[in-house]
Amino acid sequence: MQTADGSAPLLTVNGLKVHFAIRKGVLNRVVGAVRAVDGVSFSLRRGETLSLVGESGCGKSTTGLALLGLLKPTGGQVEFDGQTVRDFRGAALKSYRKRVQIIFQDPFSSLNPRHRVRDIIRAPLDIHQVGTRAERDARVAELMERVGLRPDQANNFAHQFSGGQRQRIGIARALALNPDIIVCDEPVSALDVSVQAQILNLLSDLQRDLGVAFLFISHDLGVVEYLSHRVAVMYLGKIVEIADKTAIFANPSHPYTELLIGSAPSLDPRNRHQFKASNDDIPSATNKPSGCSFHTRCPLATDACRESEPQLSLRDDGRSLACHHR
Amino acid sequence: MSHTSAVSSQPASGRPDQPILTVSGLEIRIRTGQGSFAVVSDMALSVAPGETVCIVGESGCGKSMTALSLLRLLPEAASVTGGKIEIDGVDLLALDQRTVEDYRGEKIAMIFQEPLTALNPVLTIGEQIAEAVRQHRKLGRRAAFDRAVEALRLVQMPDPQRRARQYPHELSGGMRQRAMIALALVCEPRILVADEPTTALDVTIQAQILGLISDLQKRLGTALVMITHDLGVVAEIADRVVVMYAGRRIEEASANDLFDNPMHPYTLGLLGAIPRSHAGAKVGSRLVDITGTVPPLWDLPKGCAFAPRCPKAVSRCHQERPEFEEKQPGHFAACWEVTHANG
Repeated sequence: MQTADGSAPLLTVNGLKVHFAIRKGVLNRVVGAVRAVDGVSFSLRRGETLSLVGESGCGKSTTGLALLGLLKPTGGQVEFDGQTVRDFRGAALKSYRKRVQIIFQDPFSSLNPRHRVRDIIRAPLDIHQVGTRAERDARVAELMERVGLRPDQANNFAHQFSGGQRQRIGIARALALNPDIIVCDEPVSALDVSVQAQILNLLSDLQRDLGVAFLFISHDLGVVEYLSHRVAVMYLGKIVEIADKTAIFANPSHPYTELLIGSAPSLDPRNRHQFKASNDDIPSATNKPSGCSFHTRCPLATDACRESEPQLSLRDDGRSLACHHR
Repeated sequence: MSHTSAVSSQPASGRPDQPILTVSGLEIRIRTGQGSFAVVSDMALSVAPGETVCIVGESGCGKSMTALSLLRLLPEAASVTGGKIEIDGVDLLALDQRTVEDYRGEKIAMIFQEPLTALNPVLTIGEQIAEAVRQHRKLGRRAAFDRAVEALRLVQMPDPQRRARQYPHELSGGMRQRAMIALALVCEPRILVADEPTTALDVTIQAQILGLISDLQKRLGTALVMITHDLGVVAEIADRVVVMYAGRRIEEASANDLFDNPMHPYTLGLLGAIPRSHAGAKVGSRLVDITGTVPPLWDLPKGCAFAPRCPKAVSRCHQERPEFEEKQPGHFAACWEVTHANG
């Protein structure tokens, strides 16, 4: 697969599936499956930010975890720099793990409360045996400064820091090995808006200076619009639309993308949305509707949508879309 | 839910714009082993029937403590140490416990952020709502349960007969929040306090719940106090807005005035920090960030609490705390650097 500018993408995901078995009874028999990620394909270029956006249970975090090997994919293929990740063993696997890192959502539970900040940030360097002890300590100081922490706080414990500072520690840890890709799993959703802005500015500076690519997982459209180059909208385990940021926000095509963007509150009290007190019975990944998963909530739905599932296909304007009617 | 509807359309206190809830000079302190400190100081609020007032601010600004005090639901370690809370002219703080319990649900009710922890896990939602009805109305079990189903229908719960017999864990997040709204509104309270009611919800569900709340409020003439950190929610539903920082009001205005002409540097910072306010900007453009963090409430700086983070702070700001005063008609702020009307 080639990207528009001719360079090969850094990461290509093809038909990724992650299913979880539902077990019941004393025999623990498998009675069904949660199809959390059900055939997701996209590519990520060097130095770009691709956002996966969608609501709870759409499979965006599961996709991120599967890319890192923290969850085992049920099917599909991930290629990193032209090579199949599933085939990686030994040194190749170690190198992949070095080059793809993650920042977690919750800065409280993702840092070990018994470890000093120095040890938390140095852990990846220790594991991959980068440089000498002194070099690693110097690298920790450099990283702390890079993310806006005072290096003299290296001996403190995580609980001595505020939420925003803790997220900076998580970012320093993710940067330690100079990765090519950082999966950012809702990195600012636990933070107050003024602190959120500090972290978003930091992420955007880091990308500019280090050329790292972000796979940015978020439910917050405002954050996504601010940070992304391209956006993939997910619904019940599938990507329904993927396009450049401007195309998604200025001209959403999939009815679900429209609903998402139309549901975000405006910032103008003179121009309110007049939200309806409507009520959809919203399906989940355990009871996916037939055909197009969105048909139960879609204003355009017809019999075709109930019967056959639309495939994600490339349209003339450069976006990919999975909809029978658009 | 019909026999009290006359009350909501004709407020007992006479003129429809007469406030039903008035808070003045409110101080809330938390006791610790090392003494006590104020988490809310000099808070004031006035809400008329049918009006929506939003209290907005970040974690620890005192907005939730203010909300809890309105129902006398403050946690053990916190207490109101000054000021007045009046509901329909009655001093809430002077009431005995029995009367306060009569007030809750009947005069004033609350919707919490996380319905899963606020609802009782071992009672069906129908039973919980019926229990609230029987607290205030002389009704039999059967009639109270029917009233509960009716309340669930009012909040547009799908299949209310069946849902009333289910437990909270059997419902989705949006349905649980509908159940909690039904529980709060079943006795048609005059005042509804909503503490971040949509924060835990997905954006499409948030839109439905906000629509539902303002719809019911209009229909029942309820006064609504909404606590939120989200200025988007404020822009959607508020008539008036109070912005809090470190336990104090720092700005208050109508929603239109606040968004058209924010005065306090903290409000300006909050608005600038919202990524959506930069919609259409290039990737890599910077958000306004407010440097530093909120000072601890037990160790507030002398002078203005925002001064250490304020881009406009002058030496006076570090010495003297600015009064909360009317800078333009109906628009209040606590800032030395904001001058009076068109000054």
